[in-house]
Amino acid sequence: MTEAASSPPASRIGGTDVRKISKIDIGLKRRYAAERRFRTYGLLAVTIAICFLVALFGSIVSRGYTAFQQTRISMIVDFDPSIIAPNGDRSAAAVMSGNAFRFDDLIAASLQKTLEIDPNDEDALYDGLDLLSKGSAPMLRSMIAADPSLIGTKRSVDFYATGDVDAFIKGSIRADIPESQRLIKDKHIVLIEKLEKEGALRLAFNTGLFTNGASTRPEMAGVGVALVGSLYMMLVVLVLSLPLGVAGSIYLEEFAPKNRWTDLIEVNINNLAAVPSIVYGLLGLAVFINFAHLPRSASLVGGLVLTLTTLPTIIIATRAALKAVPPSIREAGLGVGASKMQTVFHHVLPLAMPGVLTGTIIGLAHALGETAPLLMIGMKAFVVEYPTTPFDPATALPTQIYMWATEPERAFTERTSAAIIVLLAFLLAMNSLAIILRRAFERRW
Amino acid sequence: MSAVQATTAFDTVRTPDPANRPIKIHTASVKVTYGQKEALHGVSIDIPERAVTAFIGPSGCGKSTFLRCINRMNDTIAGARVEGTIKLDDQDIYDPDLDVVELRARVGMVFQKPNPFPKSIFDNVAYGPRIHGLARSKADLEEIVVTSLQKASLFNEVKDRLNEPGTGLSGGQQQRLCIARAIAVSPEVILMDEPCSALDPIATAKVEELIDELRANFTIVIVTHSMQQAARVSQRTAFFHLGHLIEEGPTDHVFTNPLEQRTQDYITGRFG
Amino acid sequence: MGPLWLLALIAGLSFFGFVLGRWKSVVLSGKGRGTLAARPGYYGAYVLIWTAMPALVILVALSIAKPFLIEHTVRANLPAQVLANSAQLSLEVSGVEQVAAGLKLVTPEELENIRIGVVSARSVFAQHGLPLGGDVKPYQLIAAGALNLVSDGLDTAVDAAVVAALAFGLIFAFVRVKPRLRARNLVENTVLVLLIAASSVAILTTIGIVLSLLFQALQFFSMVSPASFYFGTVWDPRFAAAGSTESGQFGFLPLFWGTLYISFFAMVVAVPVGLFSAIYMAEYATSKVRSVAKPLIEILAGIPTIVYGFFALTTVGPLIRDYIAMPLGLGTSGNNVLTAGLVMGIMIIPYVSSLSDDIITAVPRSMRDGSLALGATRSETMRLVTLPAALPGVVGAILLAVSRAIGETMIVVLAAGVAARASLNPFAEMTTITVKIVNQLTGDLEFTSPQTLVAFALGITLFVITLGLNVLALTIVRKYREQYE
Repeated sequence: MTEAASSPPASRIGGTDVRKISKIDIGLKRRYAAERRFRTYGLLAVTIAICFLVALFGSIVSRGYTAFQQTRISMIVDFDPSIIAPNGDRSAAAVMSGNAFRFDDLIAASLQKTLEIDPNDEDALYDGLDLLSKGSAPMLRSMIAADPSLIGTKRSVDFYATGDVDAFIKGSIRADIPESQRLIKDKHIVLIEKLEKEGALRLAFNTGLFTNGASTRPEMAGVGVALVGSLYMMLVVLVLSLPLGVAGSIYLEEFAPKNRWTDLIEVNINNLAAVPSIVYGLLGLAVFINFAHLPRSASLVGGLVLTLTTLPTIIIATRAALKAVPPSIREAGLGVGASKMQTVFHHVLPLAMPGVLTGTIIGLAHALGETAPLLMIGMKAFVVEYPTTPFDPATALPTQIYMWATEPERAFTERTSAAIIVLLAFLLAMNSLAIILRRAFERRW
Repeated sequence: MSAVQATTAFDTVRTPDPANRPIKIHTASVKVTYGQKEALHGVSIDIPERAVTAFIGPSGCGKSTFLRCINRMNDTIAGARVEGTIKLDDQDIYDPDLDVVELRARVGMVFQKPNPFPKSIFDNVAYGPRIHGLARSKADLEEIVVTSLQKASLFNEVKDRLNEPGTGLSGGQQQRLCIARAIAVSPEVILMDEPCSALDPIATAKVEELIDELRANFTIVIVTHSMQQAARVSQRTAFFHLGHLIEEGPTDHVFTNPLEQRTQDYITGRFG
Repeated sequence: MGPLWLLALIAGLSFFGFVLGRWKSVVLSGKGRGTLAARPGYYGAYVLIWTAMPALVILVALSIAKPFLIEHTVRANLPAQVLANSAQLSLEVSGVEQVAAGLKLVTPEELENIRIGVVSARSVFAQHGLPLGGDVKPYQLIAAGALNLVSDGLDTAVDAAVVAALAFGLIFAFVRVKPRLRARNLVENTVLVLLIAASSVAILTTIGIVLSLLFQALQFFSMVSPASFYFGTVWDPRFAAAGSTESGQFGFLPLFWGTLYISFFAMVVAVPVGLFSAIYMAEYATSKVRSVAKPLIEILAGIPTIVYGFFALTTVGPLIRDYIAMPLGLGTSGNNVLTAGLVMGIMIIPYVSSLSDDIITAVPRSMRDGSLALGATRSETMRLVTLPAALPGVVGAILLAVSRAIGETMIVVLAAGVAARASLNPFAEMTTITVKIVNQLTGDLEFTSPQTLVAFALGITLFVITLGLNVLALTIVRKYREQYE
């Protein structure tokens, strides 16, 4: 190095006295250390990103998997006609009307028998009733209304335990903390143990999670209504955005002259794909609800808004798929005397279809998880009944998650996570379908 | 000098170097495979110091592949595997102990398409010296850049705009800039992969002139598809065909009196 | 007939038209009146188009016009002193609409009783299951009656017009079906018009966004001056007590600060992690690692933002509060800027990484080879040649990511909090533009109060900011790509 340092630089390049670079220290040790550092940063970044993913999934699954099971208390109920239909009218309407508290009496009676409580010990009875969901009486009533032939029989009925009992059974409320800080008191624990011993209290698969609608009682709440709402919305999105997107892309890709106007449309579509989704919600609120007077909270309006958010995605995917069809196909079609329209619809579009469908499914998956625009158009309603048409009030899976996420109870946290797992499962299924489609129909030109 | 006999089944026809220059690069039985496909089937050749050696042959004959072995640029292609011996000054360049960065500093390369970095002309030339720490001061670096540009006969054309982007130069100037960039590191060998194929005839003439000047100080290996170019600039010529080295010898000898029929056919234009 | 019935009728008759047109063309050519200029199906489609299109156009046009006509009718029947109070006008109109709905439920004798004032309309409506907010005023009854009259008349008119259009179109086209008619060209031209219409939906969406936001925002700015909105430092949109003119303060700046501060933290997470992952994927990862890690990272982009919001709310927020904010004494809330920013950053990682990956791999290989051939190491090549060459593209990618961060809603709604304040403490609760849009528009809405309309002013501001960022970013990326094509 010192030798190299003392020699004039010109001599390194030419002249008779060529200094070989192999004799010069080019700082390899330092440079390779830098190389290793740089590479480590990259690996670290990838690892961090994947760790985030794992943490996200881990956190959701660990909170939510328990919600797929639920604590039930099954008891023999004596469907006593003198209580249910005191005036002898056994019709569904009669069951639904009248004193609602008479069903509580039915439950109290069967609880008394199951737990062998002294009929005079009212406190014990009330402690026992504490274990059952407050939704038990309405549930029993609609059960009888749906099947009046139950009246006069004795049947075993599965009741839901309250969210707190459920949490206790699953171990998230622990018995070893002081009683005063515990939602389940010692007297309750005694009863729970008794019920468990008799086999009346057990964990079962939580079908209600998938069939029930909104409820203020976590043990009765489910995503059934939200699933139907989301399904309606996806149907609207599919029916509108697929033809619109494909037709628009065909024009832009196959027929449109290249001029300022089509340039503008192009820039505009790329832009729409990046507009915050909440802005689409504002558009939907102003245009569909305020201006066109469509019903609030209806899945039709949700579907319309999501169509607009999805359209750019579908157009971009469809145009890419059309672009990938080689020009030789078009020339071949035109060459045998087909019109341009015939060539496009008979040859180009069928070849581009796998790409179009893949793009559509991915667009739908995005739409399924979209939340913010739905809040704007009031799809954050407390809906108990299943919507029968897309005009009825409905909620959607993501808005249901949003509503549950803001509930403070522990049982709702569990359900929120479970609803997220359901949502993610749908997304996973849709994306897998897209990947399978792409693999099955992939064509290399 | 002694020609090394090929150890493969295929025999290269060799004519020794009358000037008897010392050998700079020695290769024996070099095979290259890309995945399943063998692109080079065992090439053995000695390349003399401070002379221009030209590799000619029809496209796909393996001449560029062989060139890229000499500074291990094939390492950057996924799936490429190189077997055999390549020695630079008696040092095996595929020896695990040998450092590829150091090798490439010693064996520079000029590519088919001029590829200046999107930086100023000055920074393009200064890039090599900077990363290798060859200049101790700013003045030193400037000196290297100026000398390199002069050596590449580009200095007079660009001396007023050293801070303008190198991508703004004409094709021929860009290629000479790339040559200047290569010699700024003061390598011992310069590999040129069809350096004039993207240039017009006038720019080509300038680059050829430059190559002739550079051979006083550097060992140059040039791949070319133009036989006239090989005849004009090189002292030795090697003819490749279908992954084999068919014939090698002094340029005038190969062009006027080829010993192999295929060489004869190629240089008389019967195929290629 | 309801619109659905009309649609069904149109569909049925159009199909009938198709069959008819096709049949006629086949019969005509069979009789030797010349060979057909197009395949029979095109004649069918020709009749179909003529049957369906005019009827559909009329149906859609009248359906759009109907609300305007009705509102006009109501206004024309309202007394002058009601019309003078313009702020209450839309309330009045919707009140009349409710009364009109009630009038349709009651029986004739009940109606008579209401008219002569024996019973109150409110109690009668309530019996029919339509509770009203207040007593029905006489002028409302008059207007509602007029409304029902016009509305029923309109419905009949729509039915008649649609049926007439259907009949005319079907007969007209059927008569015109002749062998020499160039049905294919006519059908194809119609299809082309439909294609053009479909492609203009994108433009219409943009126009719709701008107009609808602007219209409502201008209403807001007629109540609150733009200067006090854009330069106000206090956000306190308290709902005005009845009759008072006080309507709270709508300072935009604290929301903007919260948005920027959270986006800043998001970028602090997403840019280094995303960029270095992209570099690792493009330069170092073996194809095996790449084929596993790249989709894994991209999963992050497919997860709905509500899921990130929940993750922030239940996991990250409490962690940061319990282990960093509380021990340092800097904050006591799980909702804070750092939580929202961190989680948003995670969400944005894949946007930065996949865009940067594309951009880095778009740098020509020759550039990289040139550097390696000079003896540069891979990291030197990346730092000194590839990245500088890719810089404009990477900047574009980051700008797109910033735009996404600014417009992100669900994470901040759940994790950032609702307190509008401008502070430097990252453990403080802050709020953003999008959170306030959601807050102001959920609950009972009245589209005349500034508390609601401010959401649209926020919305158009958000739209303009993100639009600017997007256009800038997309232009940079496009220019960058063209450079290497």
